[in-house]
Amino acid sequence: MTGSPPVADPILTLRDVKTHFPVRKGVFKTTAGHVKAVDGVDLDVFRGEVLGLVGESGCGKTTLGKSILQLVRPTAGQITFHDGAGDDVDLQDLTNADLVPYRKKLQIVFQDPYSSLNPAFTIFGSLEDPLIKYGVRPRAERRRIVGDLLEAVNLRRDHMDHYPHEFSGGQRQRIGIARALAIEPDLIVCDEPVSALDVSVQAQVLQLLMELKAERGLTYIFITHDLSVTEYLCDRIAVMYLGRIVELADADDLYANTLHPYTQALLSAIPVADLDKKTDRIVLQGDVPSPVNPPSGCPFHPRCRFATELCKDKVPPLRPFGRNGHLAACHRVEEVMAAGIHSDRAADG
Amino acid sequence: MSDAALNRRFDRLRVLEETGKLKSRSRSRAVSKLMNNRLAVVGLCLFTIILLASLFAPLLTGYDPLRIDLRGRLQPPSWQHWFGTDMTGRDVFSRVLYGGRISILVGLGSALIAAVIGVGIGCYAGYKGGWLDAFVLRTSEVFMAFPQIILVLLLVSILGQSLINLIIIFVITGWGPMYRLTRARMLSLREEEYVQALQSFGVSTFKICYKHILPNALGPIMVNITLTTAMFILAEAGLSFLGLGVPLQIPTWGNILNAAQDLRVLQNYWWIWLPVGTVISLFVISVNFIGDGLRDSTDPSQQG
Repeated sequence: MTGSPPVADPILTLRDVKTHFPVRKGVFKTTAGHVKAVDGVDLDVFRGEVLGLVGESGCGKTTLGKSILQLVRPTAGQITFHDGAGDDVDLQDLTNADLVPYRKKLQIVFQDPYSSLNPAFTIFGSLEDPLIKYGVRPRAERRRIVGDLLEAVNLRRDHMDHYPHEFSGGQRQRIGIARALAIEPDLIVCDEPVSALDVSVQAQVLQLLMELKAERGLTYIFITHDLSVTEYLCDRIAVMYLGRIVELADADDLYANTLHPYTQALLSAIPVADLDKKTDRIVLQGDVPSPVNPPSGCPFHPRCRFATELCKDKVPPLRPFGRNGHLAACHRVEEVMAAGIHSDRAADG
Repeated sequence: MSDAALNRRFDRLRVLEETGKLKSRSRSRAVSKLMNNRLAVVGLCLFTIILLASLFAPLLTGYDPLRIDLRGRLQPPSWQHWFGTDMTGRDVFSRVLYGGRISILVGLGSALIAAVIGVGIGCYAGYKGGWLDAFVLRTSEVFMAFPQIILVLLLVSILGQSLINLIIIFVITGWGPMYRLTRARMLSLREEEYVQALQSFGVSTFKICYKHILPNALGPIMVNITLTTAMFILAEAGLSFLGLGVPLQIPTWGNILNAAQDLRVLQNYWWIWLPVGTVISLFVISVNFIGDGLRDSTDPSQQG
């Protein structure tokens, strides 16, 4: 845990963000439909917090992360960046040229350490251009900065003249983190930064991320599908399903007081290293529906234990429940709570 | 060597490394890798010898490749005429040397121009995609759909035989495959995460595609350039053989071979066509070896 976030100082506000990709078919490439990767997300990210973004494969976590950075231009909605000095800008209105000053504030750490470094360049060669872009002209100065960055991620200064293939996965990921830090951003989107690494190395990299956050006052959006990681890292957790956020709560609250049936199923799937402990696993039937053709009403209703006619017709809005800003998008929260598998973890904790 | 001695040696190396005295020589690495590749070195030697011999032809032979000596027709190789003389008494050795100048110029020159055009457009269009890419792709298909030989006939009949026309035709028919190759590589490379990282920094499109992605696509392009060079040299020889290439009075490898159209020459006067045929083969092989070596040496993820 990294302490509770300061109240109501958002660094990023997302309002009804949609990112759709056209599906083209036939000889004339007519648009046959859209993959609704992100389909109406409202989210506030507060300065200095770690916001976990969890969900299964294909639920739009990564697309949301890339939409925030404008690597993928969202189709609709607002993504507003607050620089803390009263300057609020909707990133989506900006042209690529106008985006440049904000690119400096937002950075990303990628999932695959093997494709995130350019094999044809030394580390210095890869990290040099962003620095030139942001006005670090003298070469000696750039070498000093890159050296400092590498030391900040526990690598040796002279590693900057090595090629990516000379490093291990964990080292590469640390270089990826160093790259994200190169222009001193405020917010870093960590897109499953440890899922490609060994468990022992995972801990190292996570530790490093947390140290850097404390040192530099960073804000993280931590995309992952590993719930055991989020529990320890994140201040708040947003659960995504089929392009929407279905539950958003403080980390402790989410584990202790799960409101959405999908989150319940996710949490019950966390492996527990205790043979005596019996867990009621909720096994979901079927697959995630296609985001081209999402189900009517609540996107989760075909797989939900609690679904009623209402769920088939009407999309449940993300509503607050209780205090602490616990949000959930479900028509049947009361029933879910009554049946809840209030997890053993919370009871133990 | 005993264990202790080995350990001491490694310790010394480590000390050197830690104090930063043992630097990896990143600049010369590609070169040293190329030099370690035996075939590439052989290719490079052959290539250099043929190239230099052509360039310094006047120093190596006293004969004018165009001077006709009807009294000395069809002489077999001798000390005066190393490769003998042809039907009009011209010295074959000097014709091979001078011919190399034109043939290499046409082959290498058109391959390089075609590569500059094809790779230059392909890199940008492949990265950007969209209508630009679709447009250039269709255009390249149109050019590639023309049979080269018809194009040559067309141009020769309109503009007449000349060196420049031949180069133009080779470039017109040659840039398409280069473009498609580069584009295909760019399509897959642009999805790599390091490209997205550069985008997230707002680095300019030109810098991303030409400086950062292109080096990763160069391997196959390099090989293709060498293969195309070889192909163009053969094509020049073939077209000249048919009398469609470079004007007949200019000595080129193809024009020399042209004489072998005559069955009598083919059967009785081997020195007219065998040496030049051998030189063409050696040159093409050497270029291919160099291409292979370049591909291996420019790929930093391959150790060796």
